[in-house]
Amino acid sequence: MSIGRMVVGSALPADAPAPATPRDIPHTGGPENPSAAAVRERFPDAVQRVEVIWGETTVYIDPPRVREVLEWLNGDESQRYDYLSDVTCVEYRDFGRPLQVVWHLRSFPYRRFLRVKVELAKDAELQVESVTDLWEGANWLEREAYDMFGVTFRGHPDPRRILMWETYNEGFPLRKDFPLRGRFSRSEQLRQALTAHPGASYLLEELSPASIYRDLPADMRERYIAQSSED
Amino acid sequence: MEEGNAKVGLTRTAAAPVTVRHPDEGSWITSRLDFLVNWGRANSMWPMPFGTACCAIEFMATAAARFDLARFGMERLAYSARQADVLICAGRVPFKLAPVIRQIWQQMPQPKWCISMGACASSGGMFDNYAVVQGIDTIIPVDVYVPGCPPRPEALMYGIMMLHRKVMNERMSDERLRDEMEPDPTSRLYIPAPIIDELSEPFGNSVHQRRSAP
Repeated sequence: MSIGRMVVGSALPADAPAPATPRDIPHTGGPENPSAAAVRERFPDAVQRVEVIWGETTVYIDPPRVREVLEWLNGDESQRYDYLSDVTCVEYRDFGRPLQVVWHLRSFPYRRFLRVKVELAKDAELQVESVTDLWEGANWLEREAYDMFGVTFRGHPDPRRILMWETYNEGFPLRKDFPLRGRFSRSEQLRQALTAHPGASYLLEELSPASIYRDLPADMRERYIAQSSED
Repeated sequence: MEEGNAKVGLTRTAAAPVTVRHPDEGSWITSRLDFLVNWGRANSMWPMPFGTACCAIEFMATAAARFDLARFGMERLAYSARQADVLICAGRVPFKLAPVIRQIWQQMPQPKWCISMGACASSGGMFDNYAVVQGIDTIIPVDVYVPGCPPRPEALMYGIMMLHRKVMNERMSDERLRDEMEPDPTSRLYIPAPIIDELSEPFGNSVHQRRSAP
């Protein structure tokens, strides 16, 4: 019996070979993820290029059309990339090179991994479409990418900083032009940090279970009702 | 306040006149009472663990069965600042936590002490970067620094015993013992933090590192 039948929700045929650890992977080249060819076929004018490095396929997409491609990869029956493992950015020290935004997609039904990248010129506005409605997990990942690199995600429901505090005004720490020790002196940094009011960073709704009531599972709802009636 | 005092430029919260006596000065009864009170305090300190990193793991090891903080009367970890005697800051403190640890310290009732455990809490350690406080003594007063990265439980226990010695030497005749002081910018002796940064030598593990209280 193959593993394919055992995995719930697998889209592979029952006689698909069992997964094996790949060996002797070349640095560049090698077999391409079949999804890359499918994307090229579906969006011929949106794909800039495809690279295979260490056995992992990267698809470079035209920035305005990336949302369309990600939506198709997420929803199409032949792709089903149902897990977004990371959203992040890459900036190179060569100033002229564009800043890249990276999505790491994984398809559990097809056992595939695909990396999608867009390149944003640094002299223009750093902005891409949010994918929070496709993968809910993108919410905090996009907030982190904004916090550290200053890339804004259009349509994000809650575009705030996530690691640094909200009144932080030194810029975006992981950018290459950001000095390691920050822009201000130590005393100024400490003064600003101490005047930040930690309680003000959170809305009351974020701390209260009442606002997430409808998202709770049924048994937790019952307990919540019982608890609040006791009070 | 006389010049050359360690606390120049600081305001006293109490307005009473300052009379500092020699620690040994005092009647036989007061000094015996001091001993009794300090003995009680030193041997039943409730720690408020402020663990943010790997030092907290060593702190947990210290509190657990092999090293056994209960021998010092410290087995009762006070996770409420209101019931704590000694704040043990174990691990690096990012700037985002700076107002939090200061608030915890302000919520602790007197008498209170603070142990800075590990290199990061004491000086920022290897995290000489934009996000980490360069020593918690720029935020709150520290009684004992425990070096190490992270310190072994023996080191922390040595620090605790040093704190015991400090507590045993406290005298109730010292009227300034429990004063909580705040920087007073109106004092002529007060030096603003940026000026201290300008005047002082580089500190810590980097020639660019400056330290100063706010």
